[in-house]
Amino acid sequence: MMKTLLKVEELHTHIGQYHILQGVSFEAREGEVSVLLGRNGAGKTTTLKTIMGLTPASKGTILFEDEDIKKRPTYVIANSGIGYVPEDQGIFADLTVEENMKVAMRKEDDATLARQEYVLDLFPDLKTFWKKDGGHLSGGQKQMLAMARAFVHESKLLLIDEPSKGLAPIVIEKVMEAITEMKKSTTIVLVEQNFFMASRIGDRYTLIDDGATVHAGAMKDLIQNEELKRKYLGIG
Amino acid sequence: MELLINLTINGLATGMLIFLLASGLTLIFGLMSVLNFAHGGLFAWGAYSGVWFYSLTGSFFLGILGAILTGAILGFITEKLIITPVYGNHVQQILITLGFMLVLTEMLKVVWGPNQIAAKVPPYLAGSYEFGDVLIIKYRLFIIFVGFLIFGIFQYMLQKTKIGLVVRAGVMNKEMVQALGINIKRVFLYVFMTGAALAALGGVLFAPYSGVIYAEMGFEFAILAFIVVVIGGMGSFSGSLSAAILVGLAGSYMAYYVPALSLAVNMMLMAIVLIFRPQGLFTAKG
Ligand SMILES: Nc1ncnc2c1ncn2[C@@H]1O[C@H](COP(=O)(O)OP(=O)(O)OP(=O)(O)O)[C@@H](O)[C@H]1O
Ligand SMILES: [Mg+2]
Repeated sequence: MMKTLLKVEELHTHIGQYHILQGVSFEAREGEVSVLLGRNGAGKTTTLKTIMGLTPASKGTILFEDEDIKKRPTYVIANSGIGYVPEDQGIFADLTVEENMKVAMRKEDDATLARQEYVLDLFPDLKTFWKKDGGHLSGGQKQMLAMARAFVHESKLLLIDEPSKGLAPIVIEKVMEAITEMKKSTTIVLVEQNFFMASRIGDRYTLIDDGATVHAGAMKDLIQNEELKRKYLGIG
Repeated sequence: MELLINLTINGLATGMLIFLLASGLTLIFGLMSVLNFAHGGLFAWGAYSGVWFYSLTGSFFLGILGAILTGAILGFITEKLIITPVYGNHVQQILITLGFMLVLTEMLKVVWGPNQIAAKVPPYLAGSYEFGDVLIIKYRLFIIFVGFLIFGIFQYMLQKTKIGLVVRAGVMNKEMVQALGINIKRVFLYVFMTGAALAALGGVLFAPYSGVIYAEMGFEFAILAFIVVVIGGMGSFSGSLSAAILVGLAGSYMAYYVPALSLAVNMMLMAIVLIFRPQGLFTAKG
């Protein structure tokens, strides 16, 4: 069996007075794509933010490479090898594509620049808009920039939040191709509402409902489980 | 004509001093949403320490360097001791920085005494230039020159260096900057120290301009600087220059033509901006 890279156990998160996460558990195994599924407002985004330390956990453990990273500041978590592509993409609107990449690059040595070339080959569109302001990119281009930025270092783990949101089918196809390529060298936790996409690239799934894990297993089992899909995803 | 030119030079010089305060304030606010009401205290400390270094060494240039250094050190202490414990809480920030402003002011009196201190223009910057029949005071031109120089240097750094990019990115989205592996608190400490150094530079430049320095000198400038931050757009460095010049000029013209309104005019400018363009006059985006 493949090694567990990330193990989230009984995660609780409060935002202000709201108890948003109330027991999220799942694990991501090395080299796999783990998909978090659940309806709108279930707590998928908050789960990723909590892993990144952006909305700190109030209870539970987040084991990354067997170390609890729950109390670490966000930048330490990022530097330990976790890349994050947020739901809103988090593009720096007044910075160009090039500058957006530069902010993400910890060094500008030959190795990093070569890595950047490799990442840009995954998203050729970005080269065309290299000097364009991030705020002026299309939704698909922003998504690609956000993924390229998170992948410009050899992350051990990538957290990607709804990359297909609001994109045209042809652009979704490009994003999926890129994720498939990224998967070859990293582990991915993907939040994805588009079940077609999720089922094609996901290895395992975790169903989150009302801030807690309700089901988990292999993606191929979920594809056949009409009842689960109807109950928690409203499909089928 | 001579009058108009001199009012303009005057307004520009005042504008530059306000800019030196406001540019730091705007980045401090833009980056970490920190309201620093102690900024005027750093201005006064810059004036006192600068005049002191100047009298000690006989060199105005060393006086300026001494002020900048003092500002940076005070900035370091302020950020570590005063600001760090109150991140994210505006009410506490206002209270504690206002309190610290008073402490800074009283400390000045402890160190240098309660009385006003005279400050002289260095000989090589004293006197006026004659342009035809227009006399222009050299020192004011010097302030304007330094103001533009500082603007140029920092604009270059913000646009062209990695740390500058990180600061601009942080103003736009500080969560994302951290998620990309950057220790934003450290960046903020640097920005805070730089802002404090610029405020101190403003103070030491203001000293010979006004001729005397006194412990409370920072209050009025700090208020003008806050107005400038609002007009220029919180977090906008170039906006703070334009707004500072606007406020400086408006103050200078009004003081001559409609003296009764000279204090109110900047408040009115700010109110108008808040009503019609709350994101600031010079920011392209909200
Ligand atoms: N800053 C916040 N303040 C208060 N409530 C919040 C905040 N952020 C999220 N929530 C609430 O937490 C719950 C989970 O939100 P979250 O964004 O994690 O859901 P999600 O599963 O990602 O939903 P979606 O599919 O719509 O993106 C929602 O009910 C949301 O309203
Ligand atoms: Mg979400």
